[in-house]
Amino acid sequence: MSNVIQVGMADLKYANSPNKIRTSGLGSCVGLIIYDEREKKCGMAHIMLPESSLARNGVLHRPKYADTAIEDLVKRFVDEGSPVYRLKAKIAGGAQMFNFSSTNEVMRIGPRNAEAVKVLLEEYKIKLISEDVGGNSGRTIEFNPDNSILQIKTINKGIKEI
Amino acid sequence: MNYLERIQAPHLDILKEVGNIGAGHAATALSKMLNKSIDMAVPSVKIVHLSEVSEFVGGDEMVVAAIFLRLQGDAPGNMFFMLPLEEATRLIQQVTDDYTISSGNLTENEIGMSALCELGNILAGSYLSALSDFTSLNLQPTPPALAIDMAMAILSHGLIEVSKAGDYAIVIDTKISDKDDTTQSKGHFFLLPDPESFKIIFHSLGVKIDE
Repeated sequence: MSNVIQVGMADLKYANSPNKIRTSGLGSCVGLIIYDEREKKCGMAHIMLPESSLARNGVLHRPKYADTAIEDLVKRFVDEGSPVYRLKAKIAGGAQMFNFSSTNEVMRIGPRNAEAVKVLLEEYKIKLISEDVGGNSGRTIEFNPDNSILQIKTINKGIKEI
Repeated sequence: MNYLERIQAPHLDILKEVGNIGAGHAATALSKMLNKSIDMAVPSVKIVHLSEVSEFVGGDEMVVAAIFLRLQGDAPGNMFFMLPLEEATRLIQQVTDDYTISSGNLTENEIGMSALCELGNILAGSYLSALSDFTSLNLQPTPPALAIDMAMAILSHGLIEVSKAGDYAIVIDTKISDKDDTTQSKGHFFLLPDPESFKIIFHSLGVKIDE
């Protein structure tokens, strides 16, 4: 029996084959999948903001920010015996849902999220295998750790796999 | 201390009234435009965790037409008027008197999209001016932006500002529906004040919020 594990907004979860993992309605948020192909394990984070320094008060909800989400993902894999060099990543999301002429930083949050995730992956030396970022459509994504295929659904472009 | 911990039942009632007055005016505007009776439900005010937003908007891949306005002025926030795509199409057919428009070709129909944007602008505008009168706060909307996409992807855009301050959003949701509509599909107004705005709204209505 295989299940599909749902990742909510600002959430982080893990899945092992034969289970799949998905998150829906990615707008300016970025879905980050880090996986270990050999062990057929993966983790997915639904990231809302590029860095935890943007948080305004108190306790950090770590999966919400790119930097803390990656840190937690990597730590978990390393703790479970997957060396960092074997980890790979795929990302999707970071769209600009509304077209404003304004250069307001909130309006540009999608591209900033995607950029932040890519920079961090480079810092951790995790190979980014494929990406589907930007544009202005919402995405629902599903990752299968068994074959490492990421399926991306948008409302007007159908389904694609990366 | 987190602002949400200070919000109690009376505060939620006030926010309900805010939704009631705003959407009441918007429903009247829509009713005049279509020359039809429009029903309005009692507003609901919910404190929703970010990870539960998808259930809240009615399924994670529900496709909607949404008009988004950013509020500026005394109490900044975000406002959405959302309609299921089918419903938006029907509304646009009535407004433009063009029945060749379908949910499949709406996005390519310039007149239809423009009418939808204007419709949202009128509705959101009447919501806001009622709100502004009620609270005597100065509130100005940005020009409207239109998107047709997954409800959650759209709503998440309005939650970015909120998410910097915490993991919960206060959503003031009011449903309106066509009286002779049997399908019961509804339009939603979502008002998402920025976290700092709650205190200002309560203060302007003479309600204290404990520090």
